[in-house]
Amino acid sequence: MSTNGSNGFEPRLIGFLCRWCSYNGADLAGTSRLKYPPNMVPIKTNCSGRIDATHILKALKEGADGVLIAGCHPGDCHYINGNYRTAGRFPLTQKLLEQLGLEHGRVRLEWVSAAEGDKFARVVTEFTEQIRALGPLGWSAQFVDESVAAPAAEKEAVPA
Amino acid sequence: MAEDRIAVYFCHCGSNIAGKVDVDKVVAWAAEQPNVAIAREYKYMCSDPGQDLIKEDIQQHGINRVVVAACSPTMHEPTFRKAAAAAGLNPYLLQMANVREHCSWVTVDKGEATEKAKRILNAQIHRLPFNEALDPIEVPVNPAVLVVGGGIAGIEAALKLAATGKKVYLVEKNPSIGGHMAMFDKTFPTLDCAACILTPKMSAAGKDPNIELMAYSEVVEVDGYVGNFKVKVKKKARFVNTDTCTGCAACLETCVVRKVPSEFDQGLGKRSAIYIPFPQAVPLRATIDAEKCLTLKGKKCKQPCVTSCGPGAIDFEQKDELVELEVGAIIMATGFELWDPGQDARYGYGRLDNVITSLEFERISNASGPTNGEIVCKNGEPPKSVAILHCIGSRDLNYQEHCSRVCCMYSLKFSHLIKEHLPDTEVYELYIDMRCFGKGYEEFYRRLMDEGVHMVRGRAAEVTDLAMSPEEEGRLIVKTEDTLLGIVRRIPADMVILSSGLAPAKDAKAVSQTFGFGCSGDGFFLERHPKLEPVSTITDGIFIAGCCQYPKDIPDTVAQAGAAAAGALALVDNPTVKVEPTISYIDPEKCAGCHICVGLCPHVAIRYNEELKVAEVITAACKGCGVCVAACGSNVPQQHGYLDNQIFAEIEGAMAF
Amino acid sequence: MRYLYYPGCSAEATGKAYDISTRALMGKLGVELVELDDWNCCGATSYFSVRELDSFAIAARNLAIAEKQGDEDLCVICNACYTTLAKTNRYMAESAEVREAVSGALGAVDRTYSGNKPVRHIMDVLVNDIGLEALGEKVTRRLTGLKVACYYGCQYSRPMGDFDDPEFPVTMDKFFQALGAEVITDFAGKAKCCGGMMMLTKEEGALRMCHELLKGAHDAGADVIVCACPLCEMNVEGYQPRVNKTFGTNFDMPVMYFTQLAGLAFGADPKQLAIDKQIVSCDRVVAAIPA
Repeated sequence: MSTNGSNGFEPRLIGFLCRWCSYNGADLAGTSRLKYPPNMVPIKTNCSGRIDATHILKALKEGADGVLIAGCHPGDCHYINGNYRTAGRFPLTQKLLEQLGLEHGRVRLEWVSAAEGDKFARVVTEFTEQIRALGPLGWSAQFVDESVAAPAAEKEAVPA
Repeated sequence: MAEDRIAVYFCHCGSNIAGKVDVDKVVAWAAEQPNVAIAREYKYMCSDPGQDLIKEDIQQHGINRVVVAACSPTMHEPTFRKAAAAAGLNPYLLQMANVREHCSWVTVDKGEATEKAKRILNAQIHRLPFNEALDPIEVPVNPAVLVVGGGIAGIEAALKLAATGKKVYLVEKNPSIGGHMAMFDKTFPTLDCAACILTPKMSAAGKDPNIELMAYSEVVEVDGYVGNFKVKVKKKARFVNTDTCTGCAACLETCVVRKVPSEFDQGLGKRSAIYIPFPQAVPLRATIDAEKCLTLKGKKCKQPCVTSCGPGAIDFEQKDELVELEVGAIIMATGFELWDPGQDARYGYGRLDNVITSLEFERISNASGPTNGEIVCKNGEPPKSVAILHCIGSRDLNYQEHCSRVCCMYSLKFSHLIKEHLPDTEVYELYIDMRCFGKGYEEFYRRLMDEGVHMVRGRAAEVTDLAMSPEEEGRLIVKTEDTLLGIVRRIPADMVILSSGLAPAKDAKAVSQTFGFGCSGDGFFLERHPKLEPVSTITDGIFIAGCCQYPKDIPDTVAQAGAAAAGALALVDNPTVKVEPTISYIDPEKCAGCHICVGLCPHVAIRYNEELKVAEVITAACKGCGVCVAACGSNVPQQHGYLDNQIFAEIEGAMAF
Repeated sequence: MRYLYYPGCSAEATGKAYDISTRALMGKLGVELVELDDWNCCGATSYFSVRELDSFAIAARNLAIAEKQGDEDLCVICNACYTTLAKTNRYMAESAEVREAVSGALGAVDRTYSGNKPVRHIMDVLVNDIGLEALGEKVTRRLTGLKVACYYGCQYSRPMGDFDDPEFPVTMDKFFQALGAEVITDFAGKAKCCGGMMMLTKEEGALRMCHELLKGAHDAGADVIVCACPLCEMNVEGYQPRVNKTFGTNFDMPVMYFTQLAGLAFGADPKQLAIDKQIVSCDRVVAAIPA
């Protein structure tokens, strides 16, 4: 990642995208050739309701400066109400992150439909700038002692 | 377990990816990554030679995991998984890295795009060792098809499917099928009589033994999945026994409530409280309007309909009925609504007499319409001058951005009909651009100019009745800038036709939610792919046809209906269908039986086993959202294809540098 | 009921009667108007057309003062002032560029503004805060039989349409109906431009616009045109002789601020409402109202 940002800091972001709406919205941003910053790597799940706090913590621990969760608009969920679970869970997750000393705004929830390529591009642009303003998180450096949080990706272990 | 041998294939996609991403650099880097045995680049991975690369490497080089860095998996994941399977590799050991839609197309800087491509690719390289071999779940397919909406699109799709011997349920919310087309007089550009070409199809749909016509009915609930939908349809009470009613219409003459504005005639004509919307209705059965019928409103009535009905078909006790259907595929053909021009006060619709909508003009010009086809103003006089205003509610950022596609052509048709009926009447078409895009359309436009129609290039600014000169007195005046003459004009007219755009049905959003697919930004139903899958939705097994997808003319609607029918047939003609195995499972050894997941499952696919005191997934009902996985405090439920360690590995890969 | 009150600069000059009659009307209705301290011109159309970003700062100064002065909504009588001030709020909310420019300018004079002061057109206050029913009950002289053409003007609710339809507004119609008048509800020119400033630069064009308005009201049988904007009032009333000369017409149409006519209905006397200041005599309008 080049470091030509205004303060020399380029945020590293993870975006969890639900397969039906937001992933397709991101695809539409692509087919529409909209431009947005390259800082976020998308990870696909079937539903935003699949994402729990451990995924967010894992991303932050691995060095992400911010995490975006994007799902279908209320009422549009491919799984009837999976996104309501996401919405219900999100404030609790935020509270947890707050207790861990995370600044408000590092983790963001957005509804992006498959038709909203422009919104996806806008959200990623805004979010990148938002995290750029907050500066680096630096959790990965704090976790050099792997005993604090064991590497999740051990082949046989069921991660906690 | 054998050693992981990953092959990486990086697609150039012509210049779509290679123009932005330094492919050589990424591939050289990829070759160095742990577990990567082979890293290759190729111009077009989706081509046969590209797929052959994957097959050869699997068969000859012992490759047991594959990542293809190319376009969106929505596009070509099935292609590559099929190739892997053909070479003997379990298709779920192949992942795609989306470096086109999510990277090369959206990134400005080449260096940044290259770095992002590496991170996207690395996420999948890290994930692959955790992928499990999975087998698609094969489920039986119900061969019946539900078609929702009985306009020309729904009728056409139903007839095509019925011809193949499939059982079709055709659900229409109005008392008769026929849709908007049944209201038209002529069709452009050939000027065929709409009724002459539509009514035979309506009647065929009504008689076909394979089609179960459910008019005056609405879908209220949809459950299930591709091949196995369970649909609840509400058959609204007609208060007439449709088995015994013969459609003789004797009751209509006797009804005392006679001045109900006729929906079919756009409120220009009247109907009685018991009515048949139009003489060619299918099914030809009477319906009682519960909001207008005196008896049903609890008022006194001598009920002449009952006495006039020979077969005794009137049944005031009839109730709405819920019918459950099981079908393998669904075709949505729910059509459009005319944009309500009352929303734009400048044109005076609803305020100024003789400012009418295009659909109202269709009824006025129709021989079976309220004026028996006489083109007349409200006062019964034929207009000496008619102005037709294009793009009302279309191509207008205040209302609808889209072009409604048919208005230019139907407006020209109106001009022709007016000139045919009233040769001395002046006709003005006020247009922004003429969009005559179909076969014979441009020729029709030219013909109309020869017929003496005044073409004025300019969007109408306003319609007023304020006369500023003696010749304007008592008339409507259309104000516009004539952009070819470069002047502001005031065009006097006795009748102004607003060529209103086509809008999504008011309940389109709710309907799309009931069926579980989405709408695009303009409010019409969203197709799976605008070019390659224009009649599919994101939900497998549900297809779309006609104006519910986007405004289109009759030829395109009929073509799309055929395509949707073919799509549905390609599905229901098979005994089984394979569905994604990305469903949840619960290890009974680890489950504490806390019940949390049971209540959260949107599809009621988790039940509590009282005997073992654990939760268990009902495999057939699980659709794979993963909500239970996220909800469990002990992470006991897991989801195939989206295991926690797979997601974690992706994160590690994406954040590795 | 209490509002902060922004008269606008026309109200100190050509539109003085609007200010006088507004105070009299609101007094009769028991509404307290607290004039904004040290207010300045809103910038109006002219400044906005030349230097848009700066003009937001000019308008926002008034809003900053209002925010500091009290919690009440800011009531505005002139259509142009209303549009300008409301637009400033809207743009500040939607554009970071405007927000920054305004904050910077205000900061230079030690002022701050959050962007949240509600700006209310006086007609909005009358119809939606007091309410038509309450107004109807307070009427002491019903305007029975008087045919009123409500001339809203082009900036009444354009472009935002916050409290009425921008193309075909109806609030003033309903207001005068509640006061017993016979309102010409389909007055074609109701939301048209009067020609505005063009009267000074391209008189011929502006006169044509006034002509259309006057003819519309006249042909519909109006006894009086009522306005909600000082510039509209001046053009439609003051330029009648020139319209007559240019188009060979013979208009002698009384034109009033709507607050003047409404004041009569609530028992204020013509002098209190500055009706004697009108150019075209309104005596027959006053005389036509049943005692």
